[in-house]
Amino acid sequence: MATNEYQASTATGRIANFVDSRVGASGIVKEFGRKIFPDHWSFMFGEVAMYTFVLLLLSGTFLTFFFDPSMAHVTYNGSYVPMKGIGMSTAMASTMEISFDVRGGLFMRQVHHWSALLFVASLSVHMLRVFFTGAFRRPRELNWVVGGVLLIMGLAAGFTGYSLPDDLLSGNGLRIIDGVMKALPIVGTYLSMFFFGGEFPGDTVIPRLYSLHIMIVPAIIILLIVIHLFMVVTHKHTQYPGPGRTNDNVVGFPVGPVYAAKAGGFFFIVFGIVALIAGLFQINPVWNYGPYDPSPVSAGTQPDWYIGFVDGALRLMPGVLGNFSFEWIIPFPWGDNTLVLSVLLPALVPAGALFAVMFAWPWIERWVTKDDREHHLLDRPRNAPFRTAMGVAGVIFYSVMWAAASSDLIATHFHVALNDVTYWLRALFFLGPILGFWLTRRICLSLQRKDREIVLHGREAGIIQMSPEGGFSEKHEEIDVYKRYLLTNYVDRQYIPAQPDAAGHVSGSEKRRAALSKFFFEDRVAPVTPSELEAAHASHGHHEVEGDKQDSITK
Amino acid sequence: MGDHSHGSPENSGTVAKADDVAQDRFPDPGLPPHRPRLADRDPRAAKRHERQVALLFTISIIGTLFFFVAYFVLGRLGEMTFAELRVQNAALGLGTAFAMLGIGVGIVHWAKTLMPDHELMEMRHEIRSEEDRQDAVEIIDTVIEESGIKRRPLIRNTLIGAIALAPIPAIFMFRDLDRTGNTASQMIDSLRHTMWDKGVRLTRDPSGTPIKASDVQIGSAFHVIPEGLNEAEHPLNEKAKAVVLLMRMDPAEMQISEGRETWNVDGIVAYSKICTHVGCPIALYEQHTHHLLCPCHQSTFDLTQECKVIFGPAGHALPQLPITVDSEGYLVAQSDFHEPVGPSYWERG
Repeated sequence: MATNEYQASTATGRIANFVDSRVGASGIVKEFGRKIFPDHWSFMFGEVAMYTFVLLLLSGTFLTFFFDPSMAHVTYNGSYVPMKGIGMSTAMASTMEISFDVRGGLFMRQVHHWSALLFVASLSVHMLRVFFTGAFRRPRELNWVVGGVLLIMGLAAGFTGYSLPDDLLSGNGLRIIDGVMKALPIVGTYLSMFFFGGEFPGDTVIPRLYSLHIMIVPAIIILLIVIHLFMVVTHKHTQYPGPGRTNDNVVGFPVGPVYAAKAGGFFFIVFGIVALIAGLFQINPVWNYGPYDPSPVSAGTQPDWYIGFVDGALRLMPGVLGNFSFEWIIPFPWGDNTLVLSVLLPALVPAGALFAVMFAWPWIERWVTKDDREHHLLDRPRNAPFRTAMGVAGVIFYSVMWAAASSDLIATHFHVALNDVTYWLRALFFLGPILGFWLTRRICLSLQRKDREIVLHGREAGIIQMSPEGGFSEKHEEIDVYKRYLLTNYVDRQYIPAQPDAAGHVSGSEKRRAALSKFFFEDRVAPVTPSELEAAHASHGHHEVEGDKQDSITK
Repeated sequence: MGDHSHGSPENSGTVAKADDVAQDRFPDPGLPPHRPRLADRDPRAAKRHERQVALLFTISIIGTLFFFVAYFVLGRLGEMTFAELRVQNAALGLGTAFAMLGIGVGIVHWAKTLMPDHELMEMRHEIRSEEDRQDAVEIIDTVIEESGIKRRPLIRNTLIGAIALAPIPAIFMFRDLDRTGNTASQMIDSLRHTMWDKGVRLTRDPSGTPIKASDVQIGSAFHVIPEGLNEAEHPLNEKAKAVVLLMRMDPAEMQISEGRETWNVDGIVAYSKICTHVGCPIALYEQHTHHLLCPCHQSTFDLTQECKVIFGPAGHALPQLPITVDSEGYLVAQSDFHEPVGPSYWERG
């Protein structure tokens, strides 16, 4: 009966009990209250992304109260004297009003813009962390894909927002989008007409971008974040390898109180840092650019950083080589059509290839390594030389295009010819990733050898000893068992030759897999085994068990 | 390599975990011993940390108060100079930053120094149990069976057809995104025409004052719009196609192709200012080399060779506007451009 029902003794307890008995909050508290999260500084980047997104929602909502996206023509009559009497769109005028006639409006604009830059940056760094540590492996492949889509939506949010003030810089950005759209075969011209509501620039595009920017795109981002976090809870967080950490456990701090305090406190730290930047560093001073006009443009125009790699690719592409033009005029029976390869190739192919390989990588790696096991322990990047090398190749590929977006500034700052900068970057576009792959793999293998060396011969103690014969040598101290476990306990991936199927036939795709496997794992450094360590101790010679000997293919 | 291939995409059996593999490995020594922090052993250190956390929270309070000072005292609506605005903006930023960092750093410091730092361990659970999978398969089979969708292909097939067709109207709904009401061929056609026509005067951008041939000296460059642009129905749309660069050079330095002999006036030439790459305005003219440079993607055009592309991503030369002089000595167009201006597109040919 009701007599033995639980009665809370404090006011807080009574409120908690009221809620709990109606929604069953006890179960949630039991599940999450002491849930364990592993701790590592590199797990912060995802948090930064989430927190900057919260800041974007807060500052963005404030801005919507004052911003009017209309493209109707008005004459500016606000507080900023140098612009008085200049004709501009209502969108630009209301951006000016937010900056000069709303107290704290400029601050909010700057918080919003800086948060956006940080949001995409932290998403990117977070994805690099996930890639280089192998956190995308089973069972987290789908969450990797969700993260990739989040990154694309982040770019979409950034671009749609960048265009809204309708200033000279953002208008030129839209002009470039118009040019790229028009280059698409068959549908391009119509797409552009539909997008701009007629000919460029028209008077409808800003309100349309506004609907996308404040409704569809953030709604998709919120949905994806929810899915992302739901999967993180389902999978439990990965952890770095080390003593006591296995594939079956999670070692870390409980949500309450330590993790909640650290993560919650971190939100305020991110907020504080963004506020500091927004207060002290000016961004997107539209009053310096003026309203959009198709005729003027300032030299040294730069897109926001995350669009840079596509803009840079556009710059790298040669339009004509000698007398050969990359605008291919195809003589069809009904007339000539133009395939604008000089725009299509750089705008679509590098970004497309980058994202395609990125999305497919978990499956590529599973196919090559034949490793379909669950992995909850991360790799130290050096212990996956092939993957680390691929990642660095991708980063270099991206960075060369990114640098190309500033080719004119590189030329003026370093006093070199603009054309030479472009030629160098064109060469690096192809050679950079290859060099990066090779160099990174060599560095990883060397670091692994160094680890072997430390396990087998101990660490350098910094103590110089003199032998009775008068020779000097540095004393090596054996490392402790914890450190040794960290250095020896990793997944030792090996070359797997082509395997016949059930009928005894080796398929073509299996041969290709084997070739890739050989390319990735031909050179490898195996972890020290207890028997090797014993042998090293027994012989006490320094060159009995050398790292290099383990490079040979052992099956 | 049997131990590498437990489970496959097809095999729904037990999921192998990475360290199932028995190898010649060092045994796991377990978690390293916990090292007590200063505050764990020394109550005075704990007290000191407590005071530090409280101080950080106090800094936050001061930051918030400072924000109000910046908002109300430094910010006077509608009568601030630009310099005052910048000061206010910096003050608002600093106030917010201290308010937030005080809380954030305080809480993290509290968590790191005063809350327990013993690492705890929890076991992972299976993401999906084999039992659940079998139950789920059974349920789905029952649902499909009870719905009868397999036994009644007529229903299934007409449903698939209906569902495939239903979204198509939603796509057609977007046809009127183009607000001009143009037909497809009118859309394509609109890209071939600009405001330039026989007898339209070349005027200065943005003032709209006409230009006399005698005003244009060798080495000078004018940013030009067609006369009447500012009064046009859609001035920006027209301007985005019609802007022109006007320059004068020594006729001896010019290579003129057949059919264009009469397009210049004593070395005064007019070219479209819209880059043939993706449409940025070509704002830079280098006098001594006669090169035109687009600041967006650095396409470079050589004025002496009828604005042929000599560097960068543009795929074809800038269109030339044929010009002449009217009876009053003003520069006028002979006709519209002979080819579409701006970026290339599929129908350009």
